[in-house]
Amino acid sequence: MVFVKKLKLDVLKPHVPNALELARAIADQGHDYRVSIVVMEVDEKTETVEILIESEDIQFENVADIIRSLGASLHSIDEIQVANQPAPD
Amino acid sequence: MMEILRQLQLLVRITRTRNIARRYFVVNGFDGALTMLGMIMGFYVSEAATIDVMISACLGAAIALGMSGISSAYVSEAAERRQELRELETAMIRDLGDAAHGRAARLVPLIIALVNGLSPLLIALAIIAPLWLSAIVPIVPALALQIAIAVAFVIIFMFGMLLGKVSETFWLLSGLRTLCIGAVTCLIIFLVSV
Repeated sequence: MVFVKKLKLDVLKPHVPNALELARAIADQGHDYRVSIVVMEVDEKTETVEILIESEDIQFENVADIIRSLGASLHSIDEIQVANQPAPD
Repeated sequence: MMEILRQLQLLVRITRTRNIARRYFVVNGFDGALTMLGMIMGFYVSEAATIDVMISACLGAAIALGMSGISSAYVSEAAERRQELRELETAMIRDLGDAAHGRAARLVPLIIALVNGLSPLLIALAIIAPLWLSAIVPIVPALALQIAIAVAFVIIFMFGMLLGKVSETFWLLSGLRTLCIGAVTCLIIFLVSV
């Protein structure tokens, strides 16, 4: 079974919610999600951020949904790591 | 329940609603308190109206203040929020109607309108409460008016205290300043009526 272990996303977001709130909202989507956000560029009303998510099993659709619901736009998937391993019992 | 509260907190934060609601509460609440003080002072000086007339006049003014507060705040805030949302949508190059910002633009004008309308209404009702009591408890109308004036001054002083807390200045000084505004209002009404 294929599991998504690591995702690096390029996201355009409004200033509010801030990077901490966005990171918390994403981390809330899975019990072992580790999220780090780097602000790459700040404009008058928006900022471009790079979001790195690591977990044993990242649910991409949930992550994309929470990003969209907080007013941000997912521009691209810049890095990904997947693994084919046996499903947990 | 906790999730709804968190969502509401986020919407309030996105739109900086807390500060705006507090400003509306103080501005329109103070308006309501001073209007009621003016009316009651007018009745007190003229000595012509019965308690029933006073209650009806004050209640009418209180309801009008409440309705005016709700409608004016809703119309202006809804327009402001729509404009802000449009600007953000242009910057984000996407529709934010289904995002937190769109929900906030729809919900926040309602919250602010309620604060703006209920603040003068409830304060006005608190000030005219002694007039209602005089219909139940046998006290002379003049005493009921004096109690109502005292209640108005206490509320006006409390507004000053609240403003002092917001601006981080000495609460007593701030309270006395708003109290002076009430006293000057009473003095002008007294001079005009004599």
